[in-house]
Amino acid sequence: MINNSVTSNPGGVRLDLDGLTKRYGAREVLRRAQLTVAPGEFIAIVGRSGCGKSTLLRLVAGLEDASAGRLAIDGVRAPGLHAGTRIMFQDARLLPWRRVLDNVTLGLAPAARGQGGEVLAQVGLADRAREWPARLSGGQRQRVALARALVHQPRLLLLDEPLGALDALTRIEMHRLIEGLWQRRRFTALLVTHDVQEAVALADRVVLIEDGRIALDERIALARPRSHGDPAFAAIEKRILDRVLQRPNAEEAPDSRWPGVPAHGLRWAV
Amino acid sequence: MTQTNIQELQVTPVPAAGLAVAEPGDPSLAARWAAGTLQHLLPWVVPVGIIVLWQVASSLGWLATRVLPAPLEVAQAAWTLTASGELWTHVRISAGRALAGLAVGGGLGLALGLLTGSLRWAETLLDSTIQMVRNIPALALIPLVILWFGIDETAKLFLIAVSVFFPIYLNTFHGIRNVDPGLVEMGRTYGLSRWQLYRQIILPGALSSVLVGLRFALGLTWVMLIVAETISAQSGIGYLTMNAREFLQTDIVLVGILLYALLGKLADVFARALEHWWLRWHPGYQKN
Repeated sequence: MINNSVTSNPGGVRLDLDGLTKRYGAREVLRRAQLTVAPGEFIAIVGRSGCGKSTLLRLVAGLEDASAGRLAIDGVRAPGLHAGTRIMFQDARLLPWRRVLDNVTLGLAPAARGQGGEVLAQVGLADRAREWPARLSGGQRQRVALARALVHQPRLLLLDEPLGALDALTRIEMHRLIEGLWQRRRFTALLVTHDVQEAVALADRVVLIEDGRIALDERIALARPRSHGDPAFAAIEKRILDRVLQRPNAEEAPDSRWPGVPAHGLRWAV
Repeated sequence: MTQTNIQELQVTPVPAAGLAVAEPGDPSLAARWAAGTLQHLLPWVVPVGIIVLWQVASSLGWLATRVLPAPLEVAQAAWTLTASGELWTHVRISAGRALAGLAVGGGLGLALGLLTGSLRWAETLLDSTIQMVRNIPALALIPLVILWFGIDETAKLFLIAVSVFFPIYLNTFHGIRNVDPGLVEMGRTYGLSRWQLYRQIILPGALSSVLVGLRFALGLTWVMLIVAETISAQSGIGYLTMNAREFLQTDIVLVGILLYALLGKLADVFARALEHWWLRWHPGYQKN
């Protein structure tokens, strides 16, 4: 049943991850992840490249099946794609052969098509409704993708590093946009990002994944809207960033066969 | 922290490149219009020049009529044929054959391409066979075709259809296979059913490849039509040309050649118009 008013609050879902594990062949990418998300919470998942954060998101999305463990949405275990879940990918994934408005109304019942224009206005692109996606900038395309996700009134919004390809200024504007829309609609949000600053700016809780395990689950007790210049913000950001960078990657354990290991102790986050 | 004074710099306005700013010494509007027209006319200088030279050579007797008739004679022959209605009849028949062959071969190629592109079992079953048959040149089949179908309309239809089939099949197959998987995944997460995915994402995504196949096939259609009509025909442009050759009417031969060229050009224009309409969302087709 689709609500006809875009300003109504469908609320968020409760997520329970219990011992979620994912293996690709012999490689264990996610090991017994344990996480509980309350309805309407905004969770940011950070970690190095390859730590398993995108895998976790794809498992929650239902795009892939877990090798072991349970995933419950609102207490119900239903493997596969979930009707109230929408995903924003790293690239906008707009259909290039449809105009912007037709992209936003993708998958909508014909009766609900009118809401497309309203949601486009909420992301600030009402005047570009008749454009072809090829003529939009990267930031504008991601905004259209956001509108497309939101027009379905999702109760769970999954964001897989959606702002990685955007410039810094556009990213800050998108933060404000996403936060504003989340505060109005109160869906549950899971944001995967490599940018710790973005995580601290947006999330209620920051979760760090290291080698497939959840290594940190910290509540951000700052008031919204959060200011980047705020000393408390900077302190939290620094602490989490230090924690992300501190442990060496398992693959980089010093090899005794090679005595020439650099003494500067650089460790790579990518 | 002291307030830094940011002074506004004095900037002299510089006219942007391309703006029409009148300055002393600028060429007048009429002169610029003349330059633009010249740009359009220059490409035609060489072809028109050749035709003029050709006419002069024929008129002066340097070029025998049997070798190459004068342009004016060709035009006159074309006019006579048009007036008697013969031209239109032959053009209609030839175009009809081409379209029929395109419809049969192209339709079959499209259907099989969609089938093998979309369903794995169909690809496993059919694709290698089709690829093997593809390597047989259609023209090499002519003796066989004559044996099977004789020399009437069916033979011509078969030849055209066979050569049109493969480019359309291949391009359709690849078009379907090369649809962005990210878009398909996105479509699935938005709850699109399999049929909706196919109609809204896979088919439009394959369209540009299919149109490439169509343009290629259109070019082949005319070649095979000419060959088929040259083998034997009782009507059509090929018949017109062959008949004229028998009677040494080189001007009508040239009319026939020009007709083939004109029809081929028309078909290409049509295909490009299709492309420009169906692919107008594509950044490569936008006027920028």
